[in-house]
Amino acid sequence: MHTKSDNIEKLLNKYLEAKTDLQEEALLKNYFSSDKVAPHLQEYKYMFQYFKDNKKESFTQEIRLETKKQKRKWIGIAASIAVLLSVFIFNNYQEKQAAQQAYINTQNALQLIATHMNKGSVAIAQLETFEKTRNKVFK
Amino acid sequence: MNQQAFLDTVMPFKDKVFRLAKRLLISQDEAEDATQELYLKLWKNKNKLTGYKSVEAYAMTMTKNYCLDRLKSKQASNLSLVHSNYKDNHSNLQKDIEIRDSVQKVHQLITQLPEQQRMIIQLRDIEEYEFDEIEKMLQMKATNVRVALSRARKTIREKLKEQHAYQIG
Repeated sequence: MHTKSDNIEKLLNKYLEAKTDLQEEALLKNYFSSDKVAPHLQEYKYMFQYFKDNKKESFTQEIRLETKKQKRKWIGIAASIAVLLSVFIFNNYQEKQAAQQAYINTQNALQLIATHMNKGSVAIAQLETFEKTRNKVFK
Repeated sequence: MNQQAFLDTVMPFKDKVFRLAKRLLISQDEAEDATQELYLKLWKNKNKLTGYKSVEAYAMTMTKNYCLDRLKSKQASNLSLVHSNYKDNHSNLQKDIEIRDSVQKVHQLITQLPEQQRMIIQLRDIEEYEFDEIEKMLQMKATNVRVALSRARKTIREKLKEQHAYQIG
């Protein structure tokens, strides 16, 4: 047990100098994953435990190759065409609506003029009558 | 290279790409985005992949370059934010939690290392690559890899030991 701990310490010194190879590092990882770690080497246990835990972390998303991105591009294009088209149709509709309104307004205006004209003709007719009568009287 | 051949080549190391990205970018979301982006890049370059001796080493180099670029542009835009995050980690309340969870403490200690040391710790102590592979992935000289690795390991160990002493005392 004592000799094993000595060995481990020698290996650890080599490890700190970055002179251990992968096999030796595997040995250290193995030793520090056991429960028999000497208390004065406790800090290494945390280190190797962390290294081991971290290697288990995986990428859980689905890898997306360009297919999905392209699909998204097409959806974007389709959406912008739809927007343009609806703006165009709405504009057209609005123009028609405006033309109709203008027509109605013109018609109303003409009607108004006609009404007033009629009033005018009545007045003129009255005037004519007046003139005739006056001529009769003042001869 | 058709899609199936491509997937067979690149899927086995997707976790390693993700973990290296996360080691550099820290945030889970950003590491996931980076991994997606990198796989898209690999897919676009699928015809060149057959020219590489080790696609995995090539992918790891790409990951390193991509993440370092991201960090550079991020640093320009929100340096202060990153800084305040670090400060938060050192608040007293946070410290209590850290002491309780020493394994988690290792994570924080690695996060505080310079980027290059972080990558080397990741590639060697977690992913268990040979030194010559790491040299190629990081485009570094053999001695520099070992010097940086040694420095990183010593820093982590010393800080943990301090923590431990503090805990007992």
